[in-house]
Amino acid sequence: MRRRRGAGFTLVLPFAVLLVLTVLVPVLYTVYLSLFTDRLSGLGFDGPRQVFVGMGNYLSVLVDRAFGQSVLTVALYALVQVPVMLVLALVLALLLDSAVVRLRQVWTLALFLPYAVPVVIGGLIWAYLYSPGVGPLASLLGFDPLSGRGILPAVVNIATWQWVGYNVVIFYTALRAVPKEILEAARADGAGPVRTALTIKVPLVRPTAFVALVFTVIGSLQLFTEPLVLRSFTGAVTSTWTPSLYVYESAFITNDYGRAAAASVLLAVVSAVLSALVMRLSTRRYR
Amino acid sequence: MRKASVHLVLLLAALYSVLPLVWLVTSATKSLGEFSTTSAFAFGHWNLGANVSALFDQDGGVFLWWIRNSLLYAGLGAVLGSLICTAAGYAIAKLSFPGRRLLFALTLAGVLVPTTALALPLYLLAAQLHVVDTFWAVFLPLLTNPFGVYLARVYADAAVPGEVLEASRMDGAGELRTFFTVALPMMRPGLVTVLLFQFVGIWNNVFLPLVMLTDPRLFPMSLGLFQWSTRVTQFPQYTPLVVTGSLLAVLPLVIAFIVLQRQWRSGLATGAVK
Repeated sequence: MRRRRGAGFTLVLPFAVLLVLTVLVPVLYTVYLSLFTDRLSGLGFDGPRQVFVGMGNYLSVLVDRAFGQSVLTVALYALVQVPVMLVLALVLALLLDSAVVRLRQVWTLALFLPYAVPVVIGGLIWAYLYSPGVGPLASLLGFDPLSGRGILPAVVNIATWQWVGYNVVIFYTALRAVPKEILEAARADGAGPVRTALTIKVPLVRPTAFVALVFTVIGSLQLFTEPLVLRSFTGAVTSTWTPSLYVYESAFITNDYGRAAAASVLLAVVSAVLSALVMRLSTRRYR
Repeated sequence: MRKASVHLVLLLAALYSVLPLVWLVTSATKSLGEFSTTSAFAFGHWNLGANVSALFDQDGGVFLWWIRNSLLYAGLGAVLGSLICTAAGYAIAKLSFPGRRLLFALTLAGVLVPTTALALPLYLLAAQLHVVDTFWAVFLPLLTNPFGVYLARVYADAAVPGEVLEASRMDGAGELRTFFTVALPMMRPGLVTVLLFQFVGIWNNVFLPLVMLTDPRLFPMSLGLFQWSTRVTQFPQYTPLVVTGSLLAVLPLVIAFIVLQRQWRSGLATGAVK
């Protein structure tokens, strides 16, 4: 038994060390940082001094209009992107699963390919496609996707393009696991393919859908790379357009570590609460 | 009739997914002038060769470094990271040791911590250790993959029966040997899935390299191409470089995903349903 304990430690040790050094310590350090701010003391000849400000940084983040605006942007983005992408993925997976489809492997592969494209490069491709003069989209759509009004749908589209195929594959695999007897029973009862899909298949893949929902919501709150890339192509994306950009801006451009840390903590807490909420909802509904 | 409409919808969705990549291929053949004179999906006057050689010449051949770095960060990182995850997941599922529950709880919490929230403290810690702008400042944090450990635990539970481990112990094999020779082979599909997820995760991450690195010779490909793209408005001649570089960065991954189809199809399935 002692040997087993020793082996357990040995196998777990590399990960435990990494987890402590690169997640646990940084998280605690962020909380610590968020309670302090740099102030110039006296006439400023001694350089900045760390001063304890308690919840001061949190308050200044919460009343900062730029932060509020960034939260609003991401909330609006998530409200559009998450349902659009998940419904699209579910519909495509149901179509793929229907009896009449040929060449399923080819379709799933084609839909999945954007997942293999790094987010920066996906962003760059779309940025060029949106750019008037280079890409066809501005004239095709009838509005400028890089303008102040068009930018949100433009980012929604990039993320949807990138992730929809991945979710199609996940939904499709869950649909394949639906027991054949249930489907045959439904057919024997005279249910058509659409009705079978809506009343039998969709409820059965609900747990999968909720897991996908949690990950998509967490991901959309962290929205960073796509707007970062688009910033070089349009002025419509401000330097604090999303909370993650806000953290980046306050930490590395204005060097206000306390404010950046407070914003990071708020972001982490909100995403934890949201995912707990979704999981809670999913288990209750499912029973 | 219904068959036709189902296929039509799938065709539209497939075009939506693939056309931007087709644009990348056709655009990599264009000279700078042809971006505005030719239509988006038409080939240029076959400038691909010139574009590629310009790409590898730019900034003293830095693109070659970026390829090397991406392979190191994502390739080595995913291989090493997935082994670390699998060992930890196996130990949590199958062995008892003090602190097991605590470690698993911390792992689950780790899944929820946004990566963007970790960048600042990691940077400041790295600064205190004087490792900012080094390979390790990017490599080590990206090895940590709590979700991979969670998946590995699920796989170990499902794929490694307790009796097999008992038999191996009866034969006098130590616990470590049992893991490497008996359990690890049984967990191979799980290992491959974790490896694939981690590879894509590291390949996609720009926040951490962006924060940690200033020396272009340490950049991964996506950070390097991003840096070039920020100059495009002022210096349009970067456009063919960015586009051709993007094509070269995407191509190996697309080919890998086509070749490894069986792996990711089954891997994603287990990862998602459990």
